[in-house]
Amino acid sequence: MTSVYWVLFLPLAMALVNRLWGGKLTRAMSGVLSSLAVGLALLFSLYAFSRVADLPLSDQGSRQIFGTLYSWISVGGVNLGFSLLLDPLSALMASLVAGVGLLIHVYSIAYMGGEDEGEFSRYFAYLNFFVFSMLVLVMAGSFLVMFLGWELVGVSSYLLIGFYRGRESAVKAGVKAFLVNRVGDFGFLLGILALLVNYHTLDFPAILGNPGLLAGRGALATVVPLLLFAGAVGKSAQVPLHVWLPDAMEGPTPVSALMHAATMVAAGVFMVLRCHALFQASPAAMATVAWTGVATAFLAASIALVQTDIKRVLAYSTISQLGYMMLGAGVGAYTAAFFHLFTHAFFKSLLFLGAGSVMHAMGGELDMTRMGGLKARMPVTYWTFLAGALCLAGFPLTSGFFSKDEILRQALVSPGGSPWLWLAGTLTAVLTAVYAFRLVFKVFHGETRMEKDAWDHVHESPAAMTLPMVLLAAAALLAGLLGLPESWTRFQPFRDWMAPAFFDLPAGLMPAAQAAAQAVPDWALLLLASAIALGGLAFCWRVFARHSDLPSRLMESPAARGVHALLWNKYYFDEAYQAVFVDGFRGLCRLVWRFVDEGIIANLVDLAGSMAEAAGSTLTLLQTGYVRFYLGAFVLGVVLILAMLAGLI
Amino acid sequence: MNHLLSWIIWLPVLGGMGLMALPEGRAKAARAAALALALAEMALCLLLLARFDGSLAGAQFSEYLPWVPAWGLGYRLGVDGISVFLVALNGLLGLAALLAAWKRPDHWRAMAMLILAAEGAAQGAFLARDVVLFYLFFEASLIPIYLLIGVWGGEKRVAATTRFLLYTLFGSLLMLAAILVMYFQVRTLTGKTSFDMADWQGLTLPLGYQAWLFGAFFLAFAIKAGLFPLHSWLPEAYRQAPVAGVILLAGSLAKMGSYGMLRFCLPFFPLAAHAAQPLVAGLALASLLYGAGMALVQPDFKGLLSYASVSHMGLCVLGLFSLDLAGWQGGLLTMVNHGVSIAALFFVAGLLWERLGTDELSRHGGAYARMPALGLLLLPAAFSFMGVPGTNGFVNEFLSLWGAFQYRVLAGALGALGLILGAAYMLGLVKKVMLGPSGEAMRGPVPDLDGRERLVLGALVLVIFVAGIFPNLLLSRMGPSLSQSLQSLTAPVAVAMK
Repeated sequence: MTSVYWVLFLPLAMALVNRLWGGKLTRAMSGVLSSLAVGLALLFSLYAFSRVADLPLSDQGSRQIFGTLYSWISVGGVNLGFSLLLDPLSALMASLVAGVGLLIHVYSIAYMGGEDEGEFSRYFAYLNFFVFSMLVLVMAGSFLVMFLGWELVGVSSYLLIGFYRGRESAVKAGVKAFLVNRVGDFGFLLGILALLVNYHTLDFPAILGNPGLLAGRGALATVVPLLLFAGAVGKSAQVPLHVWLPDAMEGPTPVSALMHAATMVAAGVFMVLRCHALFQASPAAMATVAWTGVATAFLAASIALVQTDIKRVLAYSTISQLGYMMLGAGVGAYTAAFFHLFTHAFFKSLLFLGAGSVMHAMGGELDMTRMGGLKARMPVTYWTFLAGALCLAGFPLTSGFFSKDEILRQALVSPGGSPWLWLAGTLTAVLTAVYAFRLVFKVFHGETRMEKDAWDHVHESPAAMTLPMVLLAAAALLAGLLGLPESWTRFQPFRDWMAPAFFDLPAGLMPAAQAAAQAVPDWALLLLASAIALGGLAFCWRVFARHSDLPSRLMESPAARGVHALLWNKYYFDEAYQAVFVDGFRGLCRLVWRFVDEGIIANLVDLAGSMAEAAGSTLTLLQTGYVRFYLGAFVLGVVLILAMLAGLI
Repeated sequence: MNHLLSWIIWLPVLGGMGLMALPEGRAKAARAAALALALAEMALCLLLLARFDGSLAGAQFSEYLPWVPAWGLGYRLGVDGISVFLVALNGLLGLAALLAAWKRPDHWRAMAMLILAAEGAAQGAFLARDVVLFYLFFEASLIPIYLLIGVWGGEKRVAATTRFLLYTLFGSLLMLAAILVMYFQVRTLTGKTSFDMADWQGLTLPLGYQAWLFGAFFLAFAIKAGLFPLHSWLPEAYRQAPVAGVILLAGSLAKMGSYGMLRFCLPFFPLAAHAAQPLVAGLALASLLYGAGMALVQPDFKGLLSYASVSHMGLCVLGLFSLDLAGWQGGLLTMVNHGVSIAALFFVAGLLWERLGTDELSRHGGAYARMPALGLLLLPAAFSFMGVPGTNGFVNEFLSLWGAFQYRVLAGALGALGLILGAAYMLGLVKKVMLGPSGEAMRGPVPDLDGRERLVLGALVLVIFVAGIFPNLLLSRMGPSLSQSLQSLTAPVAVAMK
């Protein structure tokens, strides 16, 4: 367990150093030391990873080390410790967080080079603090510790989104992210309390070690996982709490890559996987997870089709991919869901770093309609971005192809799946291929649509930025080898690694209506997925790289214009929330304040006072109006009473 | 040191009066002497913490002097797990208040005397084990605060002090009447003529009687704590009070109200407490949500903090009236933790007022760019206030909600809404003051925190983190006293049920 403490301690210590003495460090020192702290954390998590690999399987077929650092909160007989849990799930996730975190740190040294020392070290303090918070969340051995990491991740996200603190929109986005997440956390905390009052512990081994714990507890079995899921909906930006993530792109781009694409937003999926023993005791909870996931995937992908801001397209793409992961978790395909989380971390952070590289070259420009032709000036960025987009679109043999296909296959054949889930997921795959390639072609291909001056300034980014991109591209393309389809090979390192972390779905709990679906051969699904990706590529090549007039012809029809407006405005979620929860609620509070608080309640005492005044009008002679008179009388009275009590009078 | 508790009470009171003996105009000497007194008081509190035996449930360091033996009136002092951290908090806040007033130019000696007197009176209320003695300290603490607001307060100080005094005197009179009635009841039931708190517990008064007495005590304490709908003295008093006054008033004096509930209402009148539980829990929830909603729309810094305090006192009372150990720990911890964070926030309100000359949030903005040290130190206080884990605020919120949840699931669920609303008004405050473009009041020179301000905020922030990361330092010492008191609360009810 000692290695785990180091994993947590190093980034936290460096965050404090940066924040408290950052002004005294040079940029190079600050950046290098911070990266070093995360690098060492990575080494320690890899060591922890190897420790888990050496563990023998327990009687329940699990493989874990549980330890308690100290007793955090204890009340009566209930002791809530600061506990950590090391198992295949947390070891892999921690290595992923530290690994991607390290690349982002290195990239940030160059990307943030324009800031002055104070801002630079503040940035790295927050980034280190994020890595610490995320690792606490991942390594947590109890719900309370997970909630600690969960909230601290929210805090670091708030700090980083609002990093450019002079900019109103950035500050607002930070607050919005925190508040929307808090709505989910409200549910999460209630779920935790429900477990606490029923089981008097929050340790994972006690609560999650037994898949039958909640079975037979009636409504509790469904309510608890749904409350926990509310937290996951917030953190993983699922509908209807997805609205914070696109705005979160106000933060520096490396932050978007690290947190709002690769790691933090995956925390919700991670939590559902961690607690799957609770979820799978309730078919209703599982179905809620699956349908929320697939609905999110579809809605977000449809919005991504029409957006023109690169980071916004990527943000909706992230929401959509998180939806796929939730779908996987909801149909009991835990390994597949986690595998997609794993591959997505590489290709999505790669895409964001590519977007950052483009921004860096173009002085902050994000609108793809003003780009085009960048391929010639930024070859490394182009090729790596293309690799990311291929994975996103599920192009055959890339990692995204295998991981997404496995989720869709399981959505069809798993006992918890259904043909409808599969169909919605497959339609989403079509949309995904289209928006992914639209993005590539509009930014990098064709004639440039830029001003000549700006075009002349376009240049490839420095090595500190391109190197992480190349490494991520390699990882994104090759990661699929760890999880090839089971019909192809018995070489299944990912599945074998994860197996001790997950319980099987309880047999007979789900309706066995999947018999027909089981008959669908694996190769047919893989073929269909390949066709979708290739079709998307060909379609986008014709329309966006060759500048066909299809989009403008489409816009002539009023129906298409209506759909476009709906998607462009993101189904009006923001407007509705603003009207009801922000303006509406504030307006109500303001009315209550003016009319109830200051109007009625404040006058209660005056009413009582005037009644007393009427009764005591004969005593008006005493109302001299001088405070010193009142005080004198008061003191005299006190003295008299004291004298009486003392027996003098 | 013998008579440690007496020292803790009388050092600031008498020492403060001694300040008046210094020649006028020697401002430096007066400041040094006052600071020395506050530091000595803090040291005494630390000594008390160090020597306090957390494993014991009963009163420690007890002192007794007969006063009017025929009436059972005595100078009885004692400290237990319920009061020990409130005493320490009060010592800390007295120091913070004095340092907050450091730059006030006018009548410094008198002001320091009043601050120290208020601090000493509150210590007396927390340490008294005799009901009349408690009442005297409870009342006496009003005088210095009244004068602080009346002399050094803002423009509308007269209206504010009038309402403040009317409300609190009304509550006090009710309590005084209840004390006398109860005194005769004790004599009838036990044959003892005693104002000793220990003699007032575990009596079997009929419910009807208890209800009236409980109500009278409760009203007085609810007014003091600023519980909805008796809070309306509070925002104006907090707005008009000088920072030093409001740090003590909001940070520790308001806690006399919630402390009184825990010390008197619950153990003296167990049947009534159980009967009133739904009503009081409802009021507490109303306070929590109503205060948060009002805080959300306040146009000024201090107004926001006032209503936020109403909300937190709701959380505290919700914990207390869950009549559950976790809830009690949460309620008591809320008193301490809220005292620390609200003091830090009012301190910030004060130092910004000194620099900008306004409290209106619409004229603030972008202070971070000029005051990076404030940016660093304000956030932990804000996070504590909204219950982010790792800070002390989370622990008390979690425990209070746990208690509420034990009592009624719905109470816990409604109380947890404070999680969202608290974040909304606190982050809104940070945004309006610190972030975004420069506000119109930021035009002139705005210096960053000086050494004194850093010291005060730094110390409070340190407490916020230590009590958040190691809450068991407090919980384990509160536990035995609370468990014992809770048992004495449930036992008579069990008898009555039979």
